[in-house]
Amino acid sequence: MSTTSNTQPRITSVAEVKAALGDRLVDSFHKEDLWLRVRTDAWKSSMRILRDAVGFQYFCFLSAIDWMPSPYGRGEDDPTEPAPERDTTIRQGYAGGETRMQVFARVTNPVTHVSVVVKVDVPDDSLTIESIHDVFAGANWHERETHEMFGIKFDGHPDLRNMYLPVDFEGFPLRKDFPLLARMVKPWPGIVDVEPLPGGDDSGDSSDGDAS
Amino acid sequence: MLGDRQQLSYIAAQAADARLNLELETEGMTLNIGPQHPATHGTLRIIARLDGEQVVWAEPACGYMHRGYEKLTEVRTYPQVTTLVNRIDWLGSFANEVPFILAAEKLMEVEAPPRAQHIRTILFELSRIANVSLFLGDLGVQLGAITPVFLAFRDREYVLNLIESATGGRFHPNFDRIGGLKDDLPAGWIDETRAVMKKLRGFCDQIEDLLFGNEIFQSRTRGIGVIPRDVALQYGLSGANLRASGVDWDLRRDHQLPMAWNKADWKVWTHPDGDSFARCWIRLQETRESTKIVDQLLGSIPAGPVMAKVPKIIKVPEGEAWVSTENPLGEMGYYIVSRGDLGPFRVKIRSASFNNISITPWLLRGVYVPDIVTILASLYFILGDIDR
Repeated sequence: MSTTSNTQPRITSVAEVKAALGDRLVDSFHKEDLWLRVRTDAWKSSMRILRDAVGFQYFCFLSAIDWMPSPYGRGEDDPTEPAPERDTTIRQGYAGGETRMQVFARVTNPVTHVSVVVKVDVPDDSLTIESIHDVFAGANWHERETHEMFGIKFDGHPDLRNMYLPVDFEGFPLRKDFPLLARMVKPWPGIVDVEPLPGGDDSGDSSDGDAS
Repeated sequence: MLGDRQQLSYIAAQAADARLNLELETEGMTLNIGPQHPATHGTLRIIARLDGEQVVWAEPACGYMHRGYEKLTEVRTYPQVTTLVNRIDWLGSFANEVPFILAAEKLMEVEAPPRAQHIRTILFELSRIANVSLFLGDLGVQLGAITPVFLAFRDREYVLNLIESATGGRFHPNFDRIGGLKDDLPAGWIDETRAVMKKLRGFCDQIEDLLFGNEIFQSRTRGIGVIPRDVALQYGLSGANLRASGVDWDLRRDHQLPMAWNKADWKVWTHPDGDSFARCWIRLQETRESTKIVDQLLGSIPAGPVMAKVPKIIKVPEGEAWVSTENPLGEMGYYIVSRGDLGPFRVKIRSASFNNISITPWLLRGVYVPDIVTILASLYFILGDIDR
């Protein structure tokens, strides 16, 4: 049983979910899990429909993704050298997208144990979407966290105070263009710590010896 | 929203108290609990505005332990990330590694061999026992009973010794690998574990006698901090907190994961009351169930390797995956976005305590000051699990 379990789709009612959302749905992707992308102006009403009509009553999480590739790569550049040229094309993931920032949330039906990931584009100019704290009360803190980490504003949120950072902190740490300062002052030595795995093939030890 | 019986007594108590506050002309005051306080398991600070003995408004202030793991994962390779996520819920560290590894394996479309799945499940349950037994002891301390905590620390030590002898790490094993486990079990470990599980069942009985049957304990927890089913779901409470509100949902049973829980016979406990007592009682029963799961799985560990064939340099194919497991504190999951690189593009860590504690501004409204401690203790959070 366990050999096939990972590939079995958990969603059995894709059509039902799609029908309930109607033209609010922009795109969807189905592979073991279900990803939905809804119109930005229909974000809150879509979540309400998912909760009331489809029964996704359990709020799992809400967060955001910054799809811009990091200009700092994986933080392994030598800070004394000039930064290398990097590809900056924005490429969104499952269910597509048109903007750099996307907010995504996961909700679950506690009876059938079916879950969906709902994504929504965040307009590049205003970086504002509707707050869903009055649909799912648990979204309150998640939106506060997302606001402080990505700088996305949630319209109608009662209290977008910082949760973790000091009030006078500048910048949005989880944006890709926010540098990880520890990697800016000293080159990262960790890249050489690739541990040989038991049972792994011994052909590729090319990355050993990259130590500078 | 509350059940009828509780609602009536609650309204009556509030009305009586409001009358008393008026008569005594009490002044409002702001009480700061924490960041360092015995009742807060770390550095959770609670700011409560009081009217007499009653909380009018309360708000936890997090962030004293924020380590930025979501940012750090973006500059680590996949095998390096398990070292970080070990430290999210430090009492049940092995359980933190598993959903991350499973999510990476899902993207790579590899699966651990059956022996590794079995041992993973056993170690997962051992970390749950280590975690929850400390809760059961600590609960007593918070409510003024000293004995249980000594029993808890004594018996937790046996479990930690087992984890140490199998993984080499007492608190942060970092034993899980993409494709399996670092090593096989040491000789004699199985018999030793059986003996410890027996001791732990004795510990559960002792706690039940000492604490759960105690009149003071019952009067301080029954009807305190009632969370109705709908509210619990809306706030995304998970684990024992959700099951104590009557939701029959356990990810170990309800999610099809490549783990060995479905090979054992065990029960998911629920409680209809949703109060502090229910949450504590559910955890006690779950510890018992965990010892049963471990006992059964020990007898049926399949032979074979503990590591699947994976390349030495791990690159995870492009895609997005979400895997969550039923951790000691509740639903813990990782949403991994991969770009086919050595490390993840973005990892969203969904930790149980963040959601579990986000209900406190709603839950603490109207309670009495000593009940703040009861409610926080029964919600059971780990600071590292809130702040990440």
